[in-house]
Formats: sequence, C-alpha cells, structure tokens
Amino acid sequence: MTTTDPATRKVASYDIYYTQILNPDASINGELPAFARDPQQLRAMYALMVQTRLFDKKAVALQRTGQLGTFAAALGQEAIGVAIGHALKQDDVFIPAYREYGAQFARGVPMSDILLYWGGDERGMDYPQGTAAYHDFPLSVPISTHVPHAIGVAYATQMQDRKAGREARVVLASCGDGATSKGDFYEAVSSAKVWNLPIIFLVNNNQWAISMRSSRQTGAQTFAQKGLAGGINGEQVDGNDIIAMRLVLERAIQRARNGEGPSLIEAITYRLHDHTTADDARRYRPEEEVQAAWERCPIKRYKAWLEAQGHWTAADEETLISEGTASVEAAAQAFRNVTPEPPEAIFDHLYATLPKSMQWQRDEVAARGPVKGGH
Amino acid sequence: MPNITLIEAINLALHSEMQRDESVVVLGEDIGRNGGVFRATLGLLDTYGEERVIDTPLAETLVAAMAIGLSTQGVKAVAEIQFSGFLYPCVDQVVNHAARYRNRTRGRLSCPMVIRAPNSGGIHAPEHHSESLETTFAHMPGIRVVAPSSPSRAYGLLLAAIRDPDPVIFLEPTRLYRLFKQPVEDNGEALELDVCYIDREGSDITLVSWGAMMHDTRLAADQLAEEGISAEVIDLATLKPLDMATILQSVAKTGRCVLVSESPRAGGWASEVAANLAEHGLLTLFAPVMRVAGYDTIMPLAKMERVYIPDVERILKEVRKVFEIAPK
Repeated sequence: MTTTDPATRKVASYDIYYTQILNPDASINGELPAFARDPQQLRAMYALMVQTRLFDKKAVALQRTGQLGTFAAALGQEAIGVAIGHALKQDDVFIPAYREYGAQFARGVPMSDILLYWGGDERGMDYPQGTAAYHDFPLSVPISTHVPHAIGVAYATQMQDRKAGREARVVLASCGDGATSKGDFYEAVSSAKVWNLPIIFLVNNNQWAISMRSSRQTGAQTFAQKGLAGGINGEQVDGNDIIAMRLVLERAIQRARNGEGPSLIEAITYRLHDHTTADDARRYRPEEEVQAAWERCPIKRYKAWLEAQGHWTAADEETLISEGTASVEAAAQAFRNVTPEPPEAIFDHLYATLPKSMQWQRDEVAARGPVKGGH
Repeated sequence: MPNITLIEAINLALHSEMQRDESVVVLGEDIGRNGGVFRATLGLLDTYGEERVIDTPLAETLVAAMAIGLSTQGVKAVAEIQFSGFLYPCVDQVVNHAARYRNRTRGRLSCPMVIRAPNSGGIHAPEHHSESLETTFAHMPGIRVVAPSSPSRAYGLLLAAIRDPDPVIFLEPTRLYRLFKQPVEDNGEALELDVCYIDREGSDITLVSWGAMMHDTRLAADQLAEEGISAEVIDLATLKPLDMATILQSVAKTGRCVLVSESPRAGGWASEVAANLAEHGLLTLFAPVMRVAGYDTIMPLAKMERVYIPDVERILKEVRKVFEIAPK
C-alpha cells in the first residue's frame, strides 16, 4: 500500500534476490565462483546429475515392469539434489523430502537403498554406517511434517557443537512448493531465528504440487519471502543452474556456520515427470508447457557449457553413460537379489525391546512364515 | 520423606533427572520463567539454565517436532503441552514420525522423548482443557502411553518414561495434581513400565482404572469395603503396551470385573481391556464385564463436566449390576 496519511508510516521493507549464473542458453552471468573454476569439481557435479537421471529412468522402468512400487522421479530437478550433496559437509544433517536423490547419493546412500524403499522395504532407510547419510533422515512422504524436525536437530547440534568448541554443523531440510502451504512449514520457519539456528530451508519450487500450480498454493509473489516473516533471509535461485544453486547454498551454509542463523532458499525448477509413477500429468498440464520446460533442463545447459569450456568431451560422455548405466544396473540387480526380511521383522524395530505383551504376536507371525502376496 | 502433591512429584522427578542426566532438556510453552501453567517445571530454569529449559514459541506441532529432532540427536527431550485439548496438533508428529523413526530406519534413528500433558477434566477449566486423550494415543503402535494416579507413581513413572529409549506420552491427571499428598522419596528410582500396579488387593471383584479415575475407583472400593465387598483395584499405569496378564490373573481370582475410564465409552481403552477379558478370561468370569466411562459426547464446559465424568455413584451402580447377576 501507499499512504499520504501522516499518522501512518513505513516501518519495514524487504527485497528478494534471484541468482542465476548459467543461463538456459549456456551463457554466464557475472563471475564464476571458485568451485566453478575447478574442472574436477565441475565434472563431478555433472557426473552426479547424469547418474541421478540414469537412476531415475531405471527406477521408472522398474516400476513400469512391475518390479518396483510407486516411485517419485527427480527428472529435471537434478541440479538441486547434486548442489545439496556438494555443499553439505560430512557431519551436517540432511532432512530430505523425497526428490533429492542426488544429495542422498553424494552422502553415501546406495542407489539400491532408494529402490528398496520404493520397493516397499524399510531397510532402504537404514543408510550405511560410515557414510554422511548415516545420521541423515530418511525420505519423508507426508508433506512438510519433517521440516520442523530441523528445529530440534539444529538446537541439539548447536548445543553440542558449542559445548565441544567445534565448528557448527548445519541442518538442511528440503520440501516442495506445496509444502509451504502447511502449518508445519510455518512453525519451523517462524521459530528458527528465535534461537538463531544453523538451518537451511530449501524449497524446491517445481511449479506443481501434483495437479495444482504453485500459483494455487499462495498469493505471495515468491516462496522465498515466506522466510521474511520468520525474520530470516529468503532468496530465489535458478534451481536448474547447478552453479548458482551450489553457490547460493554454500553462502547460506557458510552464514549458518558463522552463527548468522537460518536461511530460506527457493530453488525454481520444473517437474518434468509425473508427480509419481501413479500420476498422469497429461490430465492437468499442457504438453507445450512441459516441452518449454525441457529447454531449461539443468543437464542440457550444463553439458553445453562444460563442452564449450573444454571440460567435457564426447568420449567423457560415452564413458559416463556406460559406467553410469552399469552402476544403475548393478543397483537394480542388488535390489532384486536382496534377501527378504523374515516376516517377524515388522516387530523387531518397533521398540528398542519388544514389550512382553506383544511377544505372542511376533511368535504367531514367525510360526506362520512368509505370506503370499508379500515379497 | 517429604509429603508432596502429584504436581510436586512431577517437578521433583524433572529436577532429579535433569540433575542426574545432562542430556535431559525440557521444552514447552511458558515452562521457563513461568514454571509452566501448572508449575510442573518450577525452578528448572534457575537451576539448569535457558539452554536446557526451553521456552518455545506458541506452536504445539513445533513442540512435538522439536522434541523429535532433539531426541534423534541423543538429547532426551521432555516436552510439555499445556492442556490436553492442545495435544491434538501433536498427534501427526507423534504417529507419523516419533513412533516410526526407529522402525523406518531399522534402528538407525530413534526418539527417546516424553510428551507430558495434563489429561481429563474436573477443574472447571476453559473449553479444550479437559479432554481425555489416552485412547487416541494408546491405539497407535510404536509409542508408550503412561498415566500416573498418585504422587509416588508420578515420580517413579516419569523417571522411567524419561529413561525409556522410545517415545512416551505421559498423561497427568489434572484434577489429582493438588488433590492429595503422599510421602515421596527422591531416590532416583524409576518404577517399572509396561506393567499394571495392584493398588489394593481384594477377592470379590476387580476394579480397573487409570489416571484421574483411579481416585474415584479407590473411593468406590472404600465404600464397597464398608459393605463387606472386597475389591481388588488395578491401576493400568502403562496403557500401551497393555499388561493384560496382571488383570487376567486378578479376574481369575475374583470372577468379576468393572472397568472405569473417563475417556468416551465407544472404542475407548476400557473396551480394549474388556475385549481381552472376553477372549482370555471369559471362563473365569461369573458375570459380564461392565464399563463405566465418559459418555460419547463432547466434553462439556465447566458447568456440566461432572455430568460427564464418571463418579463413585456410577461406579457403584455397575458394581451392583455385577453382584446382582453373580451374587457373592
């Protein structure tokens, strides 16, 4: 609003910034950050993006052939997961939603674990000891309810790190644009600055919450500004630009490590795939829109730029695809070969120790053995 | 040994465990400077400081979610929800997350946390302050639901709840907070969870209750004793998991059973006990198991809360039905 009423004056105003370095046409805005001048890092990020896409494709194929349950693809959003994976340190804590496979792979989650999870096996959330992912949270299906866990995790790590006199660990919680409509999200964003917690809220704005456009989630001009109301920095970044994505994340992470508190990052991307394999996006969005979005594909532009810089060749690509495909096939094979858990396993991690009064239920299941229609 | 009220016993247990275990923190609305709306956390802020005594923003989902986050990092979180009706926003967090992390990650993450809340009515509180939520939680897998009924049990069970490696919903009987005192020794000794407590032994009928209704059940047993009827009174104490063995053993002895609950009758926890008795105790019973419970209505506001809450008269009425069918 504007006013000429002398009794009413402006008491606060805010700006929202948007960062884009690598444009869809593979041209560059401004200076490259240090990591983007290191060919090894550039190539590693590219390899992980492609690996994510190869995995995605395989997972969808497994679902289509009846070998996997419902799967949520990350197609078109690879830069976000990969940037998270590269920006976080080993001891940081990642609290994902369910489309950040690149980050999870970077943190040590085997591809076969993700397949196990969507294949209906809890062991797909038991990430291996010795990896960064071992202390990360598993994928979270209920929308936004995992986001406020970051408050408790960061409160704990802040308390422990201060006491130990060591560098602050950072907690990164990711969610989608639809998730920002929920109270859980607001309760987390609203409270994070109260304790100046080292948290990054990453909003993956892929334009669609199943069948609803992001414009149907809120009348707000940006999702980034939802941070402002919590007293925290909110900014936008081109989520299909791996360089900007990683830069903006690393800046926010550094601020958090320095004790400057939480940030909210809205990464603007596009969900090129259906919401899940159980969805058919043709029911609600025009094909032209999807075709236009392919022009902004994060892998396409990045590859073009890497090639133009001389950091990537056709031979590199061939090796990557061939090795990547082999590793995805190996993961699929590991997933197929996994020994089923015994049926009584449904009792074995319910409590630290199964209550005595429930023992008969476990015995009944164990005695009955495998049930048809299970594995 | 100090003679203290139930709320003082809660406070004593919190002081005691925070002193003993540095990883214990308390969190909730107005629990620091104010000492909690019922004063359960009185003095904790001054003794243990702001870092471990966390006044949270006014957001119950956050309180539960924060406790989850803390507990996954080895910090034992004891959260307070001010009034029972305000527990509902926590249900999603408890059921979808706290109860599940251990199972989902096959033991990699776990939530050793407690959510304490006053439960049930009878203190003429405003709307949404007097509900009985035990069944809402007891129905859910992966958590414990504990309801103390006396100062000494409150002290010992709260210590046990805090030390338990899994999430515990600890429902405190609001109207017993200051109703009577008991000698409680601050000996740091936890009571056993997952078991019922035989409050008093008897031979003619088994009365089973928990939480605030234990008080009326005890009074009913007193009245019956005057009439020459010996009632065995059982305090569930831990509702989930349910220790049916103790109840079945008692009913095998008495042959009669009345269940007393304040939460609504339909699908309530008394029904769960009754169903177990029907399955495993029917042949030891002389008469049907009767339930005394809150009506299947909205918890009324203060003026009519006593219409809703079972009392000694209603308990005795059901007991008399049992003895009519199966005289002593």
